[in-house]
Amino acid sequence: MSVDKQTVAKIAGLARIKMGDEQLEALVPELNNILDWVEQLGEVDVSGVEPMSAVIPNALRLRADEVDADPKTGGGKRDEVLANAPAAEHGFFGVPKVIE
Amino acid sequence: MTDFTELGVKAIRDGVAGGDFTAREVAESFNAAVAGAAQLNAFIVTTPEHALAAADTADKARADGKPLGAMGGVPIGMKDLFATHGVQTTAASHILEGFSPQYESTVSQNLWDAGAGMLGKLNLDQFAMGSSNETSHFGNVSSPWQKAGSNAAMSPGGSSGGSSTAVAARLAPAATGTDTGGSIRQPAAFTGICGIKPTYGRCSRWGVVAFASSLDQAGPMARSVEDCAIMLGAMAGFDAKDATSLQMDVPDWEAALSSDLKGKKVGIPREYRMDGTDDAILASWEQGKEWLRDAGAEIVDISLPHTKYALPAYYIIAPAEASSNLARYDGVRYGLRDLPEGAGLQDMYAETRAAGFGDEVKRRILIGTYVLSAGFYDAYYTQAQKVRALVSRDFDNAWNECDVILAPTTPTASFPLGSLNDDPLTMYLNDVFAVPASLAGLPAMSVPAGLNPDGLPLGLQLVGKAFDEQTVLNAGLAIQERAGFAAKPEKWW
Repeated sequence: MSVDKQTVAKIAGLARIKMGDEQLEALVPELNNILDWVEQLGEVDVSGVEPMSAVIPNALRLRADEVDADPKTGGGKRDEVLANAPAAEHGFFGVPKVIE
Repeated sequence: MTDFTELGVKAIRDGVAGGDFTAREVAESFNAAVAGAAQLNAFIVTTPEHALAAADTADKARADGKPLGAMGGVPIGMKDLFATHGVQTTAASHILEGFSPQYESTVSQNLWDAGAGMLGKLNLDQFAMGSSNETSHFGNVSSPWQKAGSNAAMSPGGSSGGSSTAVAARLAPAATGTDTGGSIRQPAAFTGICGIKPTYGRCSRWGVVAFASSLDQAGPMARSVEDCAIMLGAMAGFDAKDATSLQMDVPDWEAALSSDLKGKKVGIPREYRMDGTDDAILASWEQGKEWLRDAGAEIVDISLPHTKYALPAYYIIAPAEASSNLARYDGVRYGLRDLPEGAGLQDMYAETRAAGFGDEVKRRILIGTYVLSAGFYDAYYTQAQKVRALVSRDFDNAWNECDVILAPTTPTASFPLGSLNDDPLTMYLNDVFAVPASLAGLPAMSVPAGLNPDGLPLGLQLVGKAFDEQTVLNAGLAIQERAGFAAKPEKWW
């Protein structure tokens, strides 16, 4: 499988990264090189193999049903949460108008 | 007078505890070394006051007769991927420039609790994506090492290149690193120092800027195996805030260090003998076998048949996870916002991310987005996850025949900055020996083996069973004792 400029533009759109024509054109051969190379994975016989997402056997834990059990991840942190926002107003994240 | 910057973690800790010198003297020496090494560009920000405050706390504890902690009085460098409360944390990206975390990562907090202080935040490849430390928004890091007869700037490896440079150049006795596909081991090998990536889940990922969550793992980088054992012990531990944190006790790796390998079998994977590997690397591998045999181990040939497929599988899985993780940089909650006049929300996202991410980060986000997109998901992502299972199974089978694996860390020694930039693929191939252990989540370490004919360091890699960092460290110690690696870069900065 290989990508053309139109496909790269579509992926960039999905990834929400603005790209000019020149950038898109430069990326076509770069991405195709990488995709050609990973194509070799198709040679591997994977019949009966389950896809692996967790490498080390580990069970997900349940925590105690307690509010703010860990103060670091509990609530009441509005000011800290907003401290690095590029635009915070009235205790909220500010964004450009989304309703016409 | 002692040159404190020549001392490692253990020597500093024990010297401070024993009253041979004060932690403040040590911190002042390292602060001065850091201030004098701007040319190496190892640090993004320096925090001399943090190092001094921790030193004063250690000195006061000693005066009060209180215990000093496993890292008491030791100033370290912190890779700028760990969130540090009130100290800029950028992942070497423009998109996080100026970001001031309101909390402390678990690993850095553990280190401060153990008595360590911070010299500064270390440069790295942007979002830890790179193998040469050339993708940072804050400029390349130069290795302190240079080829004999040349003054070309060499790569310190990546992504933990600020860490490797700082430790090799004696700007810090130790530093934190993170390893997703070799980012601790490859820079350690390039700069003649030690670095260990523990079993996945040993060190909490809470507060570590995420790259590929199923692979990311923090670890120490230092100039000796003992120092790595001490610092890993201080970094590791169960953390309920990380869903993949291992809920098990942290062994006392330092206390159990032993270079006697009697009864241990060391596996030599035949598939690691690849075309394009330097002769000097192959020779050091042979030498490594001799050293481990001399330490009492039995050397056995093993096979890891899917080795060849580990790297391509990694370059699907890691970008896929990265494309998802990096979706959070949207110009809304933190970091950069690029909002052209009259632009809407979608334009703001696209402009912000275009301005904030570097080329390599964009490349990987695009690959990740592509392999996860409808119609390609099974062919790429699911297939890569299945291959990952096979790579992991190869190791499981190998453990029937051996206790630890010996291999080169990298196929070549360090290269000049700028020399591998024409094609992203050639750069990726640098991690060919490091990635299999990452995919399998296994503990793996690089230790210096010697110098190549150009006078550049070479590393040997040890890979162990899950949770068995001890055997990895012990085999590393056996090599360290026999290699007697004492070379250090000549100061040119």
